[in-house]
Amino acid sequence: MVIKSKRELTELRKLYKPIIDLREKGLGKNKNIEILIGMATCGIASGAKDTYNELKTIIEQKKMTHVKLIQVGCIGYCYMEPTIQVCIPGKEPDLYGKITYDKAQEFIDEVIIKQTYLKNNLLIKSFKKYGASI
Amino acid sequence: MINNRTLLICDGLSCKTPHKVQMFNLLQKKLEENDLINTINLVKTSCFGICSQGPIIKVLPDDIVYVNIKKEDLDLIITNHLLQNNIVDKLLYINPLTKEKIKKEKESKFYQKQYRIALRNCGLIDPENINEYIAVKGYEALATVLTENTPLEVIDIIKKAKLRGRGGGGFPTGLKWEFTAKQPGNEKYVICNADEGDPGAFMDRSILEGDPHSVLEAMIIAGYAIGANQGLIYLRAEYPLAIKRLTIAINQAKNYGFLGKNIFESNFSFDIEIRLGAGAFVCGEETALIHSMEGKRGEPTKKPPFPSVSGFRSKPSSVNNVETFANIPSIILNGYEWFSSIGTENSKGTKVFALAGKINNIGLIEVPMGTTLREIIYDIGGGIINNKKFKAVQSGGPSGGVIPLEYLDTPIDYESLKEIGSMMGSGGLIVLDEDDDMVKLAKFYLDFTQDESCGKCTPCRIGTKRMYEILDRLTKMESNPDDLDILEDLAINIKNSSLCGLGQTAPNPVLSTMEFFKEEYEAYAYKTKKHTYSIIANKCIGCTKCAKVCPVECITGSIKNPHIIDESQCIACGACYTVCPVNAVEKP
Repeated sequence: MVIKSKRELTELRKLYKPIIDLREKGLGKNKNIEILIGMATCGIASGAKDTYNELKTIIEQKKMTHVKLIQVGCIGYCYMEPTIQVCIPGKEPDLYGKITYDKAQEFIDEVIIKQTYLKNNLLIKSFKKYGASI
Repeated sequence: MINNRTLLICDGLSCKTPHKVQMFNLLQKKLEENDLINTINLVKTSCFGICSQGPIIKVLPDDIVYVNIKKEDLDLIITNHLLQNNIVDKLLYINPLTKEKIKKEKESKFYQKQYRIALRNCGLIDPENINEYIAVKGYEALATVLTENTPLEVIDIIKKAKLRGRGGGGFPTGLKWEFTAKQPGNEKYVICNADEGDPGAFMDRSILEGDPHSVLEAMIIAGYAIGANQGLIYLRAEYPLAIKRLTIAINQAKNYGFLGKNIFESNFSFDIEIRLGAGAFVCGEETALIHSMEGKRGEPTKKPPFPSVSGFRSKPSSVNNVETFANIPSIILNGYEWFSSIGTENSKGTKVFALAGKINNIGLIEVPMGTTLREIIYDIGGGIINNKKFKAVQSGGPSGGVIPLEYLDTPIDYESLKEIGSMMGSGGLIVLDEDDDMVKLAKFYLDFTQDESCGKCTPCRIGTKRMYEILDRLTKMESNPDDLDILEDLAINIKNSSLCGLGQTAPNPVLSTMEFFKEEYEAYAYKTKKHTYSIIANKCIGCTKCAKVCPVECITGSIKNPHIIDESQCIACGACYTVCPVNAVEKP
């Protein structure tokens, strides 16, 4: 599909904008939950890939079709890898650190199913992930 | 060791009334009176952000924040908290919304001081999905310039935004584009320098792995501005994930027609190719980079002619760094007024830093130009590991220098860093604590540069080798004081006579550590450097802990009597230092 004009591009943006609204502000009408995993080289070296695979297995086993697993780039918290952002509609996106593969089960049980927190791993619980951003 | 604590006292502008300056001095005096001055590390820090409650004192590693402190409260903090480990409840910060007393400062300082332009999409979008990039206004800057601006107008926007090269040199990007655009001929090239070689730097890699489309979009815009139809990314083969994600991104952009013929139905066509480098530090230098892309040896040539006149295949080429490109789409979408409102007089926008070393919050950060090193280290970085004393920060990698404590309040921009003998470099910041040896640090960097020198010019090829040998002799205590003069002489000569940036900056780590930490060089040269630990007899309480942990059993003494270290046996492992409860062990 070739995009020929700026208008076509803006229409495409409107189509995909809800994804970003959920990740930035926790806005969303449906029940779909997104789990973002920081998977740059450094994250993968710290075990993000293992966490990703483990989460994927659990999600598939439990047939949680409303949970989407997405790999993203560097989140910036090198000292807390692997880092994960959880986006649940109607809630502020939370950022968790040091979610190694052995924490995956606990993470799904507490954060996704019971929708509570993993206190020891919580990095930020706020809309304002950045002091300022564009 | 109950009292190995750090007290951070706010030194922000809004709190800096005379009364609060006294507070710092008073606290210092009271710590002395209580014999705590050696075990408590008192640090002035910038604003904590709750100015209405100032002055504020934060206790580390407990992570307790006290607010509204009056002079008489200092005694309470010292006697209750520092000496008896009881938190002073009445001074805790009360959250106005929840009425809860907050003991821990959970809100993340790590992000509060940051401002993300180049990293705006990193960690937010899936880098392998172009639709997610489009959802954050991706390729709209390209659509805008192709349909609404002439190439000259695009150059004008970048010039007015005052964007400067983020690879380290700081050359104005708009001017570089203008020079290239003005050259005659139809065959021109846009080159992306992704040869990130500084030890400890990973800014460009993170951008390419987290947001590859922003770099592609900017390269296409650059092509339109300077009249080029071909873009080349020089990327090191050591970054396999970046290569993979860039390749995916290029294919997706081709499918949507952002790369190829008649982009957005204009007359403009553009294509991008990846060229892999083998990972040589010198290939970050633009002429060496171009030669390497042409299949020749990665060696620099004399400038002028600059690549903007005669670059790839002797055609006009604009070479820009990854981070520079990542800024471009935002500048087009938000306007040059917006961009030039951020930062300092001569350095606009933000800079990405890879924060590493002896610091609590190691991370990839982006801050506005003009942010001070103190803010970066204590607010974003969370202070020094294990509450040790800050010694210096190394910026600019093998081309830069160290910045000691007295320059901690230097605002970061191209000029101010150059003034104090360091440089912005590509953005590595390595924090050093009291345990770090500056001579060995300089030796590490010289080992790197003498190894990476391409060997084309004599000062760099032979000079850096000789410098390394002197440093090696020094650290092995096989040197003599004359070596220091020779070292300095060599450094200055290599700096002045080398062909390219690698050689011209290679002596910087030596020159700057010699300027600020000359005594460490002298200790090696005059062989007065102590290599072993010792016990201060009048401080030792004879608890025998050190004798028990010593792996070579060189500590002797009886219970409740001062112990002695046999310095001929000591291997300087530091075990006794760590275990001593009264700080009676002295470091080398």
